[in-house]
Amino acid sequence: MPDPMRIRAQFTDGVTTVRVLMSHEMETGLRKDAQGMIVPAWFIQQVTAQLNDRTVLTAQWGPSVAKNPYLQFRIKGGAAGDRVTISWIDNRDETRTDSAVVT
Amino acid sequence: MCSRREALLRSAQLASMLAGLGLLPRIVSAQAAAQVQGQAAPPTLVVAGATTAWNAVAFEAKSVADVMNALGAAMPVASAEVALTAPDIAENGAVVPVAVSVALPGVKRILLLVEKNPATLSAVFDVTAQVEPALSTRVKMGQTSNVFAVAITGDDRVFYASKEVKVTLGGCGG
Repeated sequence: MPDPMRIRAQFTDGVTTVRVLMSHEMETGLRKDAQGMIVPAWFIQQVTAQLNDRTVLTAQWGPSVAKNPYLQFRIKGGAAGDRVTISWIDNRDETRTDSAVVT
Repeated sequence: MCSRREALLRSAQLASMLAGLGLLPRIVSAQAAAQVQGQAAPPTLVVAGATTAWNAVAFEAKSVADVMNALGAAMPVASAEVALTAPDIAENGAVVPVAVSVALPGVKRILLLVEKNPATLSAVFDVTAQVEPALSTRVKMGQTSNVFAVAITGDDRVFYASKEVKVTLGGCGG
């Protein structure tokens, strides 16, 4: 997969705010390219977020999530030094996992 | 201010849409039929919907399902506790930032729907107790449409908030 995900996790006031920017085309399967051929659907289907190997959030996405998806959520608690891991699977069964340390 | 009738109609539309997507906890039709006739019946709750596999049926649903298909146990109730933040006018329909925040306890699932998209369901978030029921992401919108944020709580009650987002097509964005 091309670029790694950019993950920022910050712990403030008892809450860890996680912001993720994923790199993915998120093709809907409805678009036509310059030759008029349909560009096949290619999009992230499932996203899993873990804090220190414990799953805290799962998501199922459709093709209407924007290209290069952005996701922000807040984990209750957590602490600086914890590891936030985000992984996704797309409809071609390709996967990607990245993690970051909470600051 | 929406009249009660309008509010009920919108709830029903959303219920039918969600029921068509198979995402609502469902009561078996016998009980629903009994309800329509005005009789009480002990609810038999059948939870339909995705487990961990990707719910293809839900994501391929193309339109708001017919109201008669709404066997949903809980009609989504418009709730001020569900806060949906989205721009009034999205310059670029390909990237519309939306944020959902739910002030209810025990939320287990948050849905994002764009009514007039070819595939109405945008995203499903299964939230554990360790995460605050507040998310931000970006969605694609094909045209001016209502965006719905639906929250399903642990006891299978369904609440929603919606906002109309205008999408300006053509011309340069930004």
